[in-house]
Amino acid sequence: MEAVVDELPVILQAFWLTVKLTVVSGVISLVWGTVLAAMRVSPLPVLRGAGTVYVNILRNTPLTLVIVFCGLGLGTVMDVQFSADDLSVDNFWLSTIGLSAYTSAFVCEVLRSGINTVPIGQAEAARSIGLTFPQTLRLVVLPQAVRAVVAPLGSLLIALTKNTTVAAAIGVAEAALRMKNLFDAHGSDIIPIFLGFAVGFLVLTLPVGLLFGWLARRVAVAR
Amino acid sequence: MTDTGGSAPLVRLEGVNKHFGPLHVLKDVDLSVGRGEVVVVIGPSGGGKSTLCRVVNRLETIDSGTITFDGRELPAEGRALARLRSEVGMVFQSFNLFSHKTILENVTLGPTRVRKVPRQQAERRGMELLERVGIASQAGKHPAQLSGGQQQRVAIARALAMDPKMILFDEPTSALDPEMVQEVLDVMTGLARDGMTMMVVTHEMGFARRAADRVVFMADGQIVEEGVPAEFFTRPASERARDFLSKILSH
Ligand SMILES: Nc1ncnc2c1ncn2[C@@H]1O[C@H](COP(=O)(O)OP(=O)(O)OP(=O)(O)O)[C@@H](O)[C@H]1O
Ligand SMILES: [Mg+2]
Repeated sequence: MEAVVDELPVILQAFWLTVKLTVVSGVISLVWGTVLAAMRVSPLPVLRGAGTVYVNILRNTPLTLVIVFCGLGLGTVMDVQFSADDLSVDNFWLSTIGLSAYTSAFVCEVLRSGINTVPIGQAEAARSIGLTFPQTLRLVVLPQAVRAVVAPLGSLLIALTKNTTVAAAIGVAEAALRMKNLFDAHGSDIIPIFLGFAVGFLVLTLPVGLLFGWLARRVAVAR
Repeated sequence: MTDTGGSAPLVRLEGVNKHFGPLHVLKDVDLSVGRGEVVVVIGPSGGGKSTLCRVVNRLETIDSGTITFDGRELPAEGRALARLRSEVGMVFQSFNLFSHKTILENVTLGPTRVRKVPRQQAERRGMELLERVGIASQAGKHPAQLSGGQQQRVAIARALAMDPKMILFDEPTSALDPEMVQEVLDVMTGLARDGMTMMVVTHEMGFARRAADRVVFMADGQIVEEGVPAEFFTRPASERARDFLSKILSH
C-alpha cells in the first residue's frame, strides 16, 4: 500500500499520459473514421474500394502489430520524427498514429451501421431538394446516424482507453508500462500496485460509459 | 429544339425504358407535362407510377429514351443534377421530413444550403409557407410530434421553399388516416389553382376530378390511356381502365 502512496506522482503522471493518448487518438479516430465511412458509402467505386481495403486490413490486424509497425516501420526504418531530440515525443505520436489508424476502422464500421438505420427516404428527400451527395451525408444522414450509434461509440472510446496500454510495446510510459516498472521496484507490493492501476482505469472508463449512455438517450431521434 | 416558346412542355419523356433486373418497369413511355398543367397518374399497384415520378428528377436512372426538363436533357450527375432537382419538388408517400430538424429547419435547409439564401430571409419565407399550409404554430417542433397530415403539409412547404418549376407527388395521402386526407388535398388543390405544374400519383378520384387537367392511366409499365378527367372517369376507353375503375369505385 505504501508503494502506491509513495509512487502516486509517477502513477498519476502515467495516467495523464494514458488520458492524452486516449483523447488525441480518440479525436483523430472520430474524424478519420467519419472520412472512411463517407468513402465507403460514396457513389465513387474507387473511394468505396479504398475504404473497404483499409478497414479490412486495419480491423483484422492485431493492435500490437499496428503499433509496432508504427514504432519500427515509421519510426526506425522511415525515420519519421516529431521532435528533434525527445524520443518520448516521437513515441507518443507514433503510437497515436497506430491507435488512430486502428480505432478509426472500427469507428467507420460503427458509423456505417448507424447510416444503415437512417431510412433511405431521408437521403432521397435531401437529394430531391437539390443537396449534393456530400451535403446529404453531412447535413441529413450522418447527424442521424451518429445519434443512433452514440452508445457503441462510447464502447469504442472505452476500448481505446484500454488499448493505449499497447503503446507500452514501443516504450510509451503510460499506465501499463509504469505498472510493470513499479512491480520490478516494489516486488512485495504487487497486489496493491495492481489494484491501484486497475482502479485507475475504472475511474477513467466508467464515467465514459455512463456519459455516453446518458448522451445516447438524450440525442435519440424520434421517428 | 426549335419549339422553345411558352407552349413547349416543361417535361417531356420520349421512349423511356426502365428495368429493375429482369423486371421491365417502364415500357417505351412517352409523356409530356405542360407548364401549369396538373397531371394525375392512376393505375394498379406495381404498374410503374412511382418509378415514372422518380425518373423525372432522376432518383431513378433510365435505361433508354430521353427525358427533357425545361428544354434541356436531364443531367447525369453532380452539381448540374443537384440544380435540376432543386427545380423539381418531390412529395413522398411517407413524408420523409428530416427527423433531426425542426419543422422550420426542414423548410429552410434547401434554400440556405442550395440557394445560399441568407438565414433570416429563408426563415421569413419559410414561416410564410408554413402559414400557407396551416402549420406556422408548429414551426419549432420536430416532425415526430406532428400528425401525418401536418407532416405532409410541411413536406409540401419544404418543396415550395425551393420555388420549384414543378412538383411531383407520389401517393401523398396514401399513408394518412382518412380524416387527414382532405387537409392535404386542400393544399394541393390550392397549388393547382395557383398554376403550379404538378404530376400527382393518387387514387383520390375527387381530387383528380376537381384539380387535374389530364388523367394518365398506367398499367404494366405502359401508359394505357389518357384524357381529361370528366371524359376518363365517365367513359374510359380501355378495358383495363374500366376494370380498374370499377374496382376502386366499388369501395
Ligand atoms: N428499387 C427497386 N428494385 C427492384 N424492383 C423495384 C424497385 N422499385 C420498384 N420495383 C418494382 O417495379 C415495379 C413498379 O414499381 P412502382 O413502385 O413504380 O409501381 P407503382 O405503380 O408505384 O405501384 P404502387 O401502387 O404499389 O406504389 C414493381 O413491380 C416493383 O416491385
Ligand atoms: Mg408507388
